Amino acid sequence: MKNFKYLLVGIVFGIVLVKAEIISWFRIQEMFRLQSFYMFGVIGTAILIGIISVWLIKHFNIKTFENELITFENKVFNKGQIFGSLIFGIGWAITGACPGPLFAQIGSGFFVIIITFLSALAGTWVYGYFKEQLPH
Amino acid sequence: MLEIIKHPWHWSFAGLIIGLTIPTLLILGNKKLGVSSSLRHICAMCLSSNISFFKYEWKKEIWNLFFVLGLLLGGFIATKFLSNPNTIIVAESTKASLTNLGITDFKNLMPIQIFSVENILTIRGFFFFILGGFLVGFGTRYAGGCTSGHTIMGLSNLQLPSLIATCFFMIGGFFSANILLPIILRLF
Repeated sequence: MKNFKYLLVGIVFGIVLVKAEIISWFRIQEMFRLQSFYMFGVIGTAILIGIISVWLIKHFNIKTFENELITFENKVFNKGQIFGSLIFGIGWAITGACPGPLFAQIGSGFFVIIITFLSALAGTWVYGYFKEQLPH
Repeated sequence: MLEIIKHPWHWSFAGLIIGLTIPTLLILGNKKLGVSSSLRHICAMCLSSNISFFKYEWKKEIWNLFFVLGLLLGGFIATKFLSNPNTIIVAESTKASLTNLGITDFKNLMPIQIFSVENILTIRGFFFFILGGFLVGFGTRYAGGCTSGHTIMGLSNLQLPSLIATCFFMIGGFFSANILLPIILRLF
């Protein structure tokens, strides 16, 4: 099963989300109240490692295990990113979860989050439905 | 060894592992880290209803669903087998302001005064589960990504739109945590 390896990467990621307490609503409140350095440290380190990794992959033209080329697309800016990001930020501080932690919270046994997850699915669906009418 | 794993991890170690997912996914199969896309794939899979935004070959993106299933399992494994025997340490200043708002239980990763089954049908539950979740799903798709796709993957690839998105995530979060949330918690 060629997708199984992504399940394993997800498991490791999920364990980190719990062990670093990133799934905690309290950590998110600390972050947005600027009362703890913790989350900024996690995200900052991750970005730093990411920047170095992507640079190395580009510089040395590293291929995938199947010898495929690794490609990068440039993101194109549109106004929707501003509106959407504000909306997501508001939701993030309320729920204490961005999409990754939502999954890990459910796995951790916080079953009420299944409702939050279904609402997030509904939000995604409603965006798809009204996409053409929204400013981008 | 297990003792070390069980204690909460240092931010630099957590950041290191999260950062390393970027090259891992790229080298495993030219995949870009992004969690919120999974919500779109699930919509495309289950309820595409002829909406053009959900008409694409989601089967090609199925790796992403394996990845998020992994997040769920990882959450289970960490909580079941590797969980911290002590309670979470919350910054004193955050504790004080939350206590003022009636959140006094700091035993779990999530405050049970909000995230409990009894709250599902209350107005508080409506704000924290229904509305909050909706804003996360709607906002991330409108923004074209979330913390993983924009802040971590996008910034790793030095994308300006991701930097703009990240700044507005933070602005939305600052506003919500400091202004909106106290109002919701006081009223409901």
